[in-house]
Amino acid sequence: MELTIYHYLLLSTILFSLGIIGVLTRRNILIILMSVELMLNSANLLLIAFSHYIQNATGMIFVLFTMTVAAAEVGVGLAIIVTIFRNKETIDVGKMNLLKW
Amino acid sequence: MQYAVLLILFPLIGVIINGFFGRKLPEKVVGWLASLLIGASFVVALSLAVQLAGIPSDVATEPAHGGHADAMHEDVIHAESTHDAGAVAAEELSHDSHEPAATEVHGEVESHEAMVDAHGEAEAQDVHGGCEGCEVSHPSVNVRHSRWLEIPVFTWIHVGDLDLGFTILVDPLSVVMMLVVTGISFLIHIYSIGYMAGDPRFRLFFVYLNLFVFFMLILVSGNSFPVLFIGWEGVGLCSYLLIGFWWGDMSKATAGMKAFIVNRIGDFGMLVAMFLLFHHLGTLTFQGVFEGAAAKWGADIGAPAITAITLMLLMGATGKSAQIPLYVWLPDAMAGPTPVSALIHAATMVTAGVYMIARSSVLFALAPAGMTTVAVVGALTAIFAATIGIKQFDIKKVLAYSTVSQLGYMVMACGVGAFTAGIFHLMTHAFFKALLFLGSGAVIHTMHGALHHVHDHHTDPQDMRNMGGLKKYIPLTYWLFVVATLAIAGIPGFSGFFSKDKILEMAFMMGTAEGLNPGNFLPYALGLIAAVITAFYMFRLVYLTFHGDYKGPKGSAEGLHESPPVMTMPLVVLAFLAVVGGYVGLPRVLSHVNHFENWLYPVFAPANRILDVVAHQVHAIPPGQAFHAFPHPEPWLEWVLIGVSVVAALVGISIAFTMYIKKGLVGEPDEKQAGFGKVLWQKYYIDEVYDALVIRPLIGICRFSWRIIDAAIIDGGMVLGTAKAVHWVGGGLRRVQTGVVSNYALMLVAGVLLVLVLFMFR
Repeated sequence: MELTIYHYLLLSTILFSLGIIGVLTRRNILIILMSVELMLNSANLLLIAFSHYIQNATGMIFVLFTMTVAAAEVGVGLAIIVTIFRNKETIDVGKMNLLKW
Repeated sequence: MQYAVLLILFPLIGVIINGFFGRKLPEKVVGWLASLLIGASFVVALSLAVQLAGIPSDVATEPAHGGHADAMHEDVIHAESTHDAGAVAAEELSHDSHEPAATEVHGEVESHEAMVDAHGEAEAQDVHGGCEGCEVSHPSVNVRHSRWLEIPVFTWIHVGDLDLGFTILVDPLSVVMMLVVTGISFLIHIYSIGYMAGDPRFRLFFVYLNLFVFFMLILVSGNSFPVLFIGWEGVGLCSYLLIGFWWGDMSKATAGMKAFIVNRIGDFGMLVAMFLLFHHLGTLTFQGVFEGAAAKWGADIGAPAITAITLMLLMGATGKSAQIPLYVWLPDAMAGPTPVSALIHAATMVTAGVYMIARSSVLFALAPAGMTTVAVVGALTAIFAATIGIKQFDIKKVLAYSTVSQLGYMVMACGVGAFTAGIFHLMTHAFFKALLFLGSGAVIHTMHGALHHVHDHHTDPQDMRNMGGLKKYIPLTYWLFVVATLAIAGIPGFSGFFSKDKILEMAFMMGTAEGLNPGNFLPYALGLIAAVITAFYMFRLVYLTFHGDYKGPKGSAEGLHESPPVMTMPLVVLAFLAVVGGYVGLPRVLSHVNHFENWLYPVFAPANRILDVVAHQVHAIPPGQAFHAFPHPEPWLEWVLIGVSVVAALVGISIAFTMYIKKGLVGEPDEKQAGFGKVLWQKYYIDEVYDALVIRPLIGICRFSWRIIDAAIIDGGMVLGTAKAVHWVGGGLRRVQTGVVSNYALMLVAGVLLVLVLFMFR
């Protein structure tokens, strides 16, 4: 069986859905962050797949940028989480509800 | 003539100096400065009058006897040919080309007299022949004449088609008004120096007085309705300020407000009249309006538009000149200082309505229904106010109702087409009524001094029931007062007699001219009865005040003193005028020339010509023979009319003499008033009626608007309601903000899904 573009699409969709489910269902903020990364990477996978499929390198270059941004984002995100943990001694999102009515 | 602007500027200078820089000046300086500036205005007015008289009139005045019909036509055509022979010729051609005689006009303007005779006869024949279908003479009007001078000062409004200049109009009518206004004002200013001495707001009083004269002069010298209206509103403002001059007393402040508000009703009429005039004629200058109106409605006499305009103008006049139904403010206006009553509420401002009607004589002439209304309103006011005057005890209230009544005479005169007589009475009335008021002011001043002498602050110094026998204490004031009383009562030899007699004569002649229907004599009859009553209440006033025994508080008689010369000297001058003022307009049977009538003749010639045409259209009177053009009764009839007027005056006086000297009646105290006398004493309860019919419903509507519409619906429902709705909705929606990140993420995903679905099913 040869791998076609459809297989990449399917894998990417599965990964993205897993990411969404992770973000929506988990209460641990670290896992939510990881799920977000999963979603980002599913998008990266799709970019590379299409880039290869249409024989255009733009998508691959874009992926490099995305990974850079993701790295920065994780840095900032983890720093925030550390600060929250120092203040509230928890990383449960259900307990971080200060900004409500 | 450019210096005419000084006439208006002098009082304004007084306002500026005394108003802005007069704080440190002593009383005497302020008073004399204000007075002398008005005196300077009077000199300017006098010089304008002399200069105007020096210009030969191009509207021929009437000949002494006979030849009326021809002369009348000669006047008008003569006037037109002098100004613009060519244009007039063309106009004549278009109007009268079917008449062979008329065509000759265009060839030889010089020999117009012979031709005019033919013209007049041809026209007369048309009418006598009963030619129904042929063209009736169409009154073309030329308002301008050689004594109509317009002195532009500056351009005021220049918008679209409207080009209004602030322009001074100097013509015989405005000059008469200027002389009366500045002359009387000058005397009253001097009097006020004595009367107001020691008042803490002495300076302000003179500022207001000067401001009043300033606006009054604008009113009488404007050359257009809007300029007249500036003065009209300005004098209203000054009237308000001066009635409520002693506003510490609530009733005086209220009287000022009443005058102001009632006048606004009249001003509404004036404004509507101006809007209508502009709508129909596109101009508002006197010349443009009168000539335009004559051209537009000359062939359609009594058209609804012109009738509406004249009725609206009349509404304005009823407000300012205190006629039924808006007269109620004037008696209350006596709350002001007495010089104000004399100047504003007797001699000058209240005559503005009469002046305005006389000035608009052309418009009124075009609307017979308007004229009749004016005559009826005037006659009714004359008798109505006179009857109220019978039972008043406040010396100034009697004079106030007398003023309303005399203004009624003037308005009635205008209504019967006797504009000259109306203005004549306006002038003589200004003299004797100013004298009466200033005299009453001197009496009040004296009484005040006497009451002060015994430290009595409760007795009313204006109530005639507290006076009596003052003749022996203040003889000079007494004799001056008697002169004015004789003048207003209409005793021959005094000014009031000549003018009142002229009005009654004209009212009578209107009755005869329009057929011997008794209804036509209504103005005359009412005027005659009013004359009897006038003589009665004036002599009642004199007898109660000056004759009999002094009825003031014990011991106060020693405090009765004659007023200072600064107050009595103006009275002497006014008394002189009240006597001789009438001799400028002697009746026809006594003199060949009526100077006053000749002087004003060019002003009212256009209106008289229209009235002549109206008379011949409506009443089938041959042109030129209508009474309006030459309203002269036969000499025997004139003697009879004079005799009747004199008898009327004597009857009134003898009734007063019988009641108050022979029977020695004195005024009943308030609680003893009964019967019809009480109704008169309570002024027919008109104030109460207005209170019930107008003021209370108005307050009810206001209360409804305030409580229901404003407070409940607008404030409660719309303003606060909106806020409450937003508050309520927001209160519900803010629950969405849970602060839980997962919920936001869920929303976000839901949103994305929604967008996706929308894209898929597009």
